[in-house]
Amino acid sequence: MPLGIFFLISLVKVVLTLAVLLTLVAYVQLAERRIVARIQRRVGPTRVGPSGFLQPAADTFKFILKEDITPTEAHPFLYVLAPVISVVLALTALSVVPIGGTFHLFGYPIQFQVTDINVGLLFVLGVTSLGVYGIVLAGWSSNSKYSFLGSLRGGSQMVSYELALGLALIGPIMLAGSLDLRQIVNAQNHIWYIVPEFVAFCIYLTAAFAETNRIPFDLPEAEGELGAGYHTEYSSMKFAMFFLAEYVNMITVSCIATIVFLGGWHGPMFGPALLRVFLPVIWFALKVAFFLFLYIWVRGTLPRFRYDQLMGFGWKFLVPLALANIVVTGAVLSFH
Amino acid sequence: MHPALFFIFGAIAVAGAVNLLVQRTPIFSALSLVAVMGALAVLYLLLGAEFIAFVQVLVYAGAIMVLFVFVIMLLNAQQPESSHRSRVARLVGIPVVVLLFMEVAGVFAATYSTTPVGFSGRIITVQAIGDALFHQYLLPFEVTSVLFLVGIIGAVMLAARQEPPQPPEGRLPRAQAAGHGGSGPTPEMAAALRQPARALGGVGASDAEPHAAGTEVKPR
Amino acid sequence: MIPLSFYLILGAILFSIGVAGFFFKRDIISIFISIELMLNAVNLTFVAFSHFWHQAAGNIFVFFVMVVAAAEAAVGLAIIIAVVRNRQTLNADKMDLMKL
Repeated sequence: MPLGIFFLISLVKVVLTLAVLLTLVAYVQLAERRIVARIQRRVGPTRVGPSGFLQPAADTFKFILKEDITPTEAHPFLYVLAPVISVVLALTALSVVPIGGTFHLFGYPIQFQVTDINVGLLFVLGVTSLGVYGIVLAGWSSNSKYSFLGSLRGGSQMVSYELALGLALIGPIMLAGSLDLRQIVNAQNHIWYIVPEFVAFCIYLTAAFAETNRIPFDLPEAEGELGAGYHTEYSSMKFAMFFLAEYVNMITVSCIATIVFLGGWHGPMFGPALLRVFLPVIWFALKVAFFLFLYIWVRGTLPRFRYDQLMGFGWKFLVPLALANIVVTGAVLSFH
Repeated sequence: MHPALFFIFGAIAVAGAVNLLVQRTPIFSALSLVAVMGALAVLYLLLGAEFIAFVQVLVYAGAIMVLFVFVIMLLNAQQPESSHRSRVARLVGIPVVVLLFMEVAGVFAATYSTTPVGFSGRIITVQAIGDALFHQYLLPFEVTSVLFLVGIIGAVMLAARQEPPQPPEGRLPRAQAAGHGGSGPTPEMAAALRQPARALGGVGASDAEPHAAGTEVKPR
Repeated sequence: MIPLSFYLILGAILFSIGVAGFFFKRDIISIFISIELMLNAVNLTFVAFSHFWHQAAGNIFVFFVMVVAAAEAAVGLAIIIAVVRNRQTLNADKMDLMKL
């Protein structure tokens, strides 16, 4: 494929991905407010547009119009850098996630993926592991007690649970024999890895909740104890960037869970040729939506961990369990 | 394409390293090193070492340097005042460093300047690395894992807080127990909490004095 | 295509800056960071040679360097925490007694 066409296709993909992603984040957030409201026997936002459908737009305007405050004692450079790091890394991680098969347009093969690299899973893990800088620097540079405590908690929590997250993914990688996200999906033609690797799936899901700082592991921003945690001092668009990063991270870990454990875009295929191109994307979206619903459901029903319980659970239960899972997977593989 | 990318990211790496050298506060040195590591990861990709490139990001930038930043924040590290010995080091150090660089670079330039490398699709795959690691280098791998275990135990032993000697009878008073026990905030943490970003630029050591005693921060 | 020596000289530059940082910096954390920079510079030459000879061995050495660096960082930072706890200073010049 000529270089110019390659750049053109990549550009279109990037723009499309960003547009879809930002809309998705807005509506995931609306869905969260509505579902949590139903769980708590409330109604939730219904005023803006038909049954609250335009609420995200209203929220966006609110974020833009709010006053942008920089605390006097904050460090001017790092204070601005922290939310940028968070949101850029969150968006970068999604660039290697494939959401469907390949189709041909004007003779050029086009994949439902911004870029296809051989070690996609490693890329996602590496980039998300850098996200901790955003949290740590935000808390440190705001020069506030609550922010600092939140960022200390967030840093140690994310570093700890990253270990369990990575170890849980090793089992499926061993089964698939590849770090390429596309090949991992194709290797699940016969059976989704959630069946042979159910333990790994549970560990991954738990660690993913902790990685994204969601209830029941939302200690870095525990609003009952810390104000709002590491982003206490942030307002307006800088706060919106942290907000965006959190939801994009949720979508990323849901996509990875779908790809590694739920067979990616595999599903029943039927209908005409055009439908067959887009059906995989629809299956993928449904699976991701399931995980996002799970996030919201858990938020509505579970209480928060205590800090020492959180660390003990991660290091003394999840990590040994993940290691045992690797040993068992290796033993089974070598005897087959 | 390859030379352009090499020069861009090589320049970023050198700029990060120089920034590391001239920054006065440790936190900026650490962040510069993260930038250097990111640039080096791109160079590794250019050299076809995709596994090493992303492990570099995952392990070096994502874990080791986070630990550094964490410790810098915890200890509230600032630039220590320069002493007599630092002037001696500068006087002797600069010629030594320049000599070292001239020698190493001279050897490299003399030996390898006619051997082109470029991105030719020669990728050292994860499979090749795993194959070599678990066949040819199995013993070093196992030895390294033992080293790692020793490192973990050593770190826990060193950083663990020694229990204060128990008072002859009765329990510790509540406040004291909170200060020295395992569960309460450590003194370093409490000190850092008082002024988290004090160590950052723009605030000299003398400026920090009046605030250090009290916890309140007056608006300017 | 660029000569292999470019990569090696870049490694030499980074290594020299690391040595300079090791000489000039006074707080132990910055000294430690300079050591990490030197390790990274050596890694770059390893990867460059690995690409040049098309052998996985160079990449494996880098892998080992990273593992050792991780262990070193954990132990080293623990030592720094212990030292600062006892001395209340990060200045390497003031840590010249072998006993507490």
